[in-house]
Amino acid sequence: MSMWRYANPAEFMRLTERLLAPLWVAAGVVMGVGLAWALFGTPEDYKQGSTVKILFIHVPAAMLAINTYAVMAVASAIGIVRRHHVSFLVAKAAAPVGAAFTAIALVTGAVWGQPMWGTWWVWDARLTSVLVMFFFYLGYIALWETIDEPEKAADLSGVLCLVGVIFAFLSRYAVNFWSTLHQPASLSLAEGQRVDDVFRTPLYLMIVGFYLFFVAILLVRARTEIRLRRVRALRLHGAVA
Amino acid sequence: MILGDPYAVYVTAAYGATAAILGWLLWSSLAASARARRELDEMERGRER
Repeated sequence: MSMWRYANPAEFMRLTERLLAPLWVAAGVVMGVGLAWALFGTPEDYKQGSTVKILFIHVPAAMLAINTYAVMAVASAIGIVRRHHVSFLVAKAAAPVGAAFTAIALVTGAVWGQPMWGTWWVWDARLTSVLVMFFFYLGYIALWETIDEPEKAADLSGVLCLVGVIFAFLSRYAVNFWSTLHQPASLSLAEGQRVDDVFRTPLYLMIVGFYLFFVAILLVRARTEIRLRRVRALRLHGAVA
Repeated sequence: MILGDPYAVYVTAAYGATAAILGWLLWSSLAASARARRELDEMERGRER
């Protein structure tokens, strides 16, 4: 069975209809347990005090900020190459979600940075590339909104998305390339664990919870885009008839 | 965690901002979904008549 059959809007709607309820339940349960564990089941850090609890929202949000952009880039590339409308619509649906997670990463990072670094913001490579990626999200959303013709909007915003991939890449790897105030990645398969055991399990739970929430909300928004595309098609059909 | 903690305001602000942004995202997504569903239903009912 080919995965491309889900590029058919009817197939996509049928599959996602079945997935949504279990996804919402799983996201709610995992995030609820993760949040309770993070807030009430972990000690304060010996250096950072209670600000260490910002870790449990900052890290998942930052991971999703970057990975949502990767999802958009892959969907845009598939859309451009294979001309699948659903791919473009998934990329369009993902943009506000990615922008929201990037905003959370920026805000929680600033709020964490003030007591720990002594400043809300520095123009280092990690923070600056995340900010530029945030502007790419906003630019992508704005481009879709300003072009009336959906085919043209999809192509142009898809190209813009692919151009911005460099900043998503830099957001992830800037800490490896340059010396930055922002510490290296908290979780790294290549370089071992940097988070103490006592914080790791609730952090993993929050990451899984955030990802489940992301998938659920992405599907809701993609289904909305498909419905709106259908409404537009019916309107045009009505106008012609 | 809150009483006597000099960092409580930072932790509360971080979690509050996150809740506000995720709440807005959820509410706006569900509202747009409901609007699109209603609009499509009306269009399709109109076609059947």
